[in-house]
Amino acid sequence: MTHLDISQVSIEFPTPKGSFKALDGVNLKIEKGEFVSLIGHSGCGKSTVLNIVAGLYDATEGGVLLDGKEVRGPGPERAVVFQNHSLLPWLTSYENVELAVKQVFKGKKSKKEMHDWIMHNLELVHMTHAADKRPSEISGGMKQRVGIARALAMEPSVLLMDEPFGALDALTRAHLQDSLMEIQKDLNNTVIMITHDVDEAVLLSDRIVMMTNGPAATVGEILKVDLERPRDRLALADDPKYVDYRAQVLTFLYEKQRKVEPINKASHTTKDDKLASNG
Amino acid sequence: MSALVQSIRSFGMQKLEAFQLKNLFMPLIGIVVFLFVWQVGADRIDTSLGKFPGPVAVYEQWQGLVADHQRERSKESSFYERQEKRNADRVAKDPNYVPKIREYTGKPTFFDQIFTSLYTVLAGFGLATLIAIPLGIVIGLNSMVYSALNPVIQIFKPVSPLAWLPLVTMVVSATYVSNDPMFSKSFLTSMFTVTMCCMWPTLINTAVGVAAIEKDLLNVSKVLRLSWLTHVVKIVIPSAMPMMFTGLRLSLGIAWMVLIAAEMLAQNPGLGKFVWDEFQNGSSSSLGRIMVAVLMIGFIGFLLDRAMLFAQRYFSWDKTQVLR
Repeated sequence: MTHLDISQVSIEFPTPKGSFKALDGVNLKIEKGEFVSLIGHSGCGKSTVLNIVAGLYDATEGGVLLDGKEVRGPGPERAVVFQNHSLLPWLTSYENVELAVKQVFKGKKSKKEMHDWIMHNLELVHMTHAADKRPSEISGGMKQRVGIARALAMEPSVLLMDEPFGALDALTRAHLQDSLMEIQKDLNNTVIMITHDVDEAVLLSDRIVMMTNGPAATVGEILKVDLERPRDRLALADDPKYVDYRAQVLTFLYEKQRKVEPINKASHTTKDDKLASNG
Repeated sequence: MSALVQSIRSFGMQKLEAFQLKNLFMPLIGIVVFLFVWQVGADRIDTSLGKFPGPVAVYEQWQGLVADHQRERSKESSFYERQEKRNADRVAKDPNYVPKIREYTGKPTFFDQIFTSLYTVLAGFGLATLIAIPLGIVIGLNSMVYSALNPVIQIFKPVSPLAWLPLVTMVVSATYVSNDPMFSKSFLTSMFTVTMCCMWPTLINTAVGVAAIEKDLLNVSKVLRLSWLTHVVKIVIPSAMPMMFTGLRLSLGIAWMVLIAAEMLAQNPGLGKFVWDEFQNGSSSSLGRIMVAVLMIGFIGFLLDRAMLFAQRYFSWDKTQVLR
């Protein structure tokens, strides 16, 4: 049975000028332990798909099945790593993870077990040294690590990542991608990740889902990335298969789905962008 | 080398001097200029109670008030001494005698009145906080409740304490009937008037702070499926804390201003009554004494605001935040 089944999902947002159809008939089946990237131009509704799976938005048509059960509302079994970390600024790294652990494992783990579990997850992202630091005291990359630890600590069936490294500089991003691959090797989570970055998509994913431009965006092509794991970014740089995958994604984005942004219709574009950043 | 050290040192000194100039010397100049203008201006104003008091006259009145206070305190302690002695004597003569203890009933001094004002304002402000923060959180969380209560809030917010006072007085008189009252009616009237007038900034700022929580943090709460109470305690309150304190500081400022007016009319034995009594008294020293009270009111208001600022620093999670 399919682990996660996104079936015929469409969504319309009400706007003052009538309803706006952001997604139209999105279909995607994801197996357990699969790492899937969603890529597309900004405004194509990638985040909207993720938010529907997370339960933060309700699809107008169609729905999402997780292990055969329909998704209703948000929940910790579909943990989200948000783009801008979204840690609570008044809690330390430890307390941020603790909030999630206490909520998910209330009555299932003893105090000691909870503490060990929190530390274990901070260990996974190499953040034990800053357990007692507040988000304002650590760097952007470290905040995102804690955000990942918090999501992992919920032991989610699906891990949803909304451009998790989008706000980071290139070096930090590479570090975090390596960390994520390492974690993924051990835990083998089911992951849906949204990204703008072609290299990131090819490096991390088992499959890359390329989305067409909105409005009424949908799945364009799906690319299976058949590269041996563990993957090494340096070795792959010259690998002909890697280069080919990369070229395929780029062709889709810049030839088949070239984003034409007419200057005189700027207001229309901003509306799309706004909707995209909302979801 | 030593020249370099010397220049670094002298630079350090310059910085220190600049700091002293700005933070010690300039305020001093400001105060001196103010006192001068006050003195010159006061000399030119004649009232039916004599000249308007300048700084010197006010200082004399201040000394007078301190002396009054000391005199009253020594009278009080000697009263209790005499009473104790008298009771001891009577018990010695007649072992069955149960000694009577009488309270000293001298008039309150200026400093007693300051104390009365302080606890009245804190009681009123405390009650306002107890109402405004929970209500503000509810309003901020629920836009329906906000829409329902907003017109009421907007209408009551600008009402002057003087308008409330007669109503509060009548209601207190009618409802607080007791043979052995724990609080005097004048205290309750002043306190409730303060509460009615000062709760609005806390209420509104709390509501705005709660409504302005980042959407991402709300999403975190949703994904975690936090219960309503955990959501409020862990996310809503810390997030709205800075706005709450802004409201509380404004409220305490208003409370202190309102209190003086309320005390004048309710005859609560605080600073407001002091000013009113001196005004009615109309002696040659009255204006000077009122001026002492004015300065004292200002100074205490300033201290209250500082105290609130320290509380904000203590409770705020963001210690880097610049507060002024």
